Amino acid sequence: MSSTAISVQNLGKCYKIQHQAQRGVKNYRTLGETLSSALTAPFRKLTPGFRDQRSEIRPPTSDLQSSNSNLPSSSRSEDFWALRDVSFEIPKGKVVGIIGRNGAGKSTLLKLLSRITEPTTGRIEMEGRISSLLEVGTGFHPELTGRENIFLNGAILGMPRAEIRSKFDEIVAFAEVERFLDTPVKRYSSGMYVRLAFAVAAHLEPDILIIDEVLSVGDAQFQKKCIGKMQSASEQEGRTVLFVSHNLQTIRQMCERVILLKKGEVSFIGDPHTGINGYLNQNADEQSAAIDLRAYPRQRDHDGAQLLSLKFMDEQGVVAPRVPWATNLLVEVRFRLDRRFRSLDIPMAVTHAEGLRVFSEAYSDQYEKLDLEPGEYIVHLSIPLRFFKLESYFFAIGLFDDGRYGDFIDGLPMPEIFHGNADTHMESHRWGVVRIPVAWKTVQSVSANNLPIFL
Amino acid sequence: MNPSRILPQRLVIEAGRTERHYWADLWKYRELFIFLSWRDILVRYKQTVIGVLWAVLRPFLTMVVFSFIFGRLAKLPSDGIPYPILVFSAMLPWQFFASSLTEASNSLISNANMLSKIYFPRLVLPTSAVIVSLVDFFISFVILAIMMVWYGIWPTWHLLALIPLTGLAFLASMAAGLWIAALNVEYRDFRYIVPFLVQFGLYVSPVGFSSSIVPENLRFWYSLNPMVGVIDGFRWAIAGAQTEIYWPGFALSLFVVFALLASGIWYFRRMERTFADVI
Repeated sequence: MSSTAISVQNLGKCYKIQHQAQRGVKNYRTLGETLSSALTAPFRKLTPGFRDQRSEIRPPTSDLQSSNSNLPSSSRSEDFWALRDVSFEIPKGKVVGIIGRNGAGKSTLLKLLSRITEPTTGRIEMEGRISSLLEVGTGFHPELTGRENIFLNGAILGMPRAEIRSKFDEIVAFAEVERFLDTPVKRYSSGMYVRLAFAVAAHLEPDILIIDEVLSVGDAQFQKKCIGKMQSASEQEGRTVLFVSHNLQTIRQMCERVILLKKGEVSFIGDPHTGINGYLNQNADEQSAAIDLRAYPRQRDHDGAQLLSLKFMDEQGVVAPRVPWATNLLVEVRFRLDRRFRSLDIPMAVTHAEGLRVFSEAYSDQYEKLDLEPGEYIVHLSIPLRFFKLESYFFAIGLFDDGRYGDFIDGLPMPEIFHGNADTHMESHRWGVVRIPVAWKTVQSVSANNLPIFL
Repeated sequence: MNPSRILPQRLVIEAGRTERHYWADLWKYRELFIFLSWRDILVRYKQTVIGVLWAVLRPFLTMVVFSFIFGRLAKLPSDGIPYPILVFSAMLPWQFFASSLTEASNSLISNANMLSKIYFPRLVLPTSAVIVSLVDFFISFVILAIMMVWYGIWPTWHLLALIPLTGLAFLASMAAGLWIAALNVEYRDFRYIVPFLVQFGLYVSPVGFSSSIVPENLRFWYSLNPMVGVIDGFRWAIAGAQTEIYWPGFALSLFVVFALLASGIWYFRRMERTFADVI
């Protein structure tokens, strides 16, 4: 028995992207499409100008891929390495956090470790009983009662029936759902649902536990309880825990090591402090100067108007990767109109890193809509940062002509918001996704000797 | 409880070699398999108010209509057994085949979330879907028993043959189900093909009539439909000595079932690796 729990060597996962890849496209195809593409393929060779606009992301080993590959001109496919040449070792009993930006390969890595999908290259060796928790409540069925779902979910997570039975009371007590055990879970509140799901998961006793961002669900109190449960397990029972989180506070609190992923490759392995700083700096680096929007991915192609570039600046008008809290963030947007826009509006929106849409505003909220001739334009706006938390947000901006689509870009990472002497503990315990500064009055004593005399 | 029973103590995943553990895993995940079947059965009979009744009513009503159309109106020969018995003894395996095929072909899509969140041998899903249909099948047997009493048909030792024949019907359902389940992940328009296949199959298979009316020179090739062998076998087992099995045809059906099953498993295993990526 070695002291290594997980050993990963040269791990890689490659997806084939066919045609022009866009985000959010379906992965499967219809038989009709395949047949018609097979039938038209010979003709396409004759007319090289013809391009199939449909885009699909295909896995590398599908048989259709190979059947398509002998029709070279019909589909331009491109390799996309979600994960490349990843190697690391994790000793037994360590709690390791995986951090990185969206698309850095965190989820792919967890999927490979949990055997949901196969690696394209490399090798993984794991020692001990493994459980992976990429989602709470996988396999829960709304029609079944709480009791039935505990057994079902336990089986799905790999707990033998006898083990579930012996821990049943403990699970029920942990979830605090005793009274609703025989109620179908479709009648549960979302809080109860999550608590029940998590209670089952928290009672798993694997040697290696792989967790995706699941702690972000549930209320703060319950989250704390779960973290406590997991922490004690790893300390007392020598359990190895590997988990992904965007919550840097949790990572700091729990992990002895972090793995920082960047564009599918390992950029740092080691102590959490250095890793988290590396992650924050990486965010700052990529926030460089003006963002070129001309080739930026869009949900839908621009039409008659195009967003050209965007700058995030501090109050002094200096392009800045980090902007202090309570100041104003200045945004400069350049765009081009290819035709006359009679009633141009410029909407903007801010999304929290967890995906919640925070607010949206438009140029027309303040001024009349614009009647503009074709040409290049520039617009400035200012966002008061005192309404923001010290977290990550995304920016969206668009061009519309009386509701008709011109251009729209979502998901632009906003500069990091920092506060020189913020209490990090306090910051991580704030609720919600924004701050609304409230006016406090100073505390007054209401004890008897302070009361106005005439009472 | 010894934890090593659940997953191997040492797991090696290597590019292109994941399947090494496959068959051992299938055995290790038998408990999940039981639970999934149990869940689907529970849900099925919880959701529909007339759950059990529906399982009984559907084949029964079809049998009544078929007996009337084929037996009374078309006056097809019934090999000396009451027409309703002739139809119902075929209805049993056919209904089982049809509903397993439908359930199995949807099993991966309807559990897409589980596929992308947890590892288990994917074969578990279509198999447990077929098991669920098996419950309806056994319920229908009660109707058959009542009908046999009504028509005064007493079972012979032939009835014992129902055990292997049910197994054969199971394998035939699995064979077709595996193919279509895997195809369905890749090509979603199979969901339109399955209902057609099921409806078409009802008329192409000898459900409403005896396969003895098929012209002698075509009879052998008719058995290329794997359900022909199964249905003929069921009639022979239930109605006793009156019917006879056409052995060359039965052997052909048997061969087709096993060929389909082997190729189905092969295709399913091949596609399985990418299910989570495609679905």
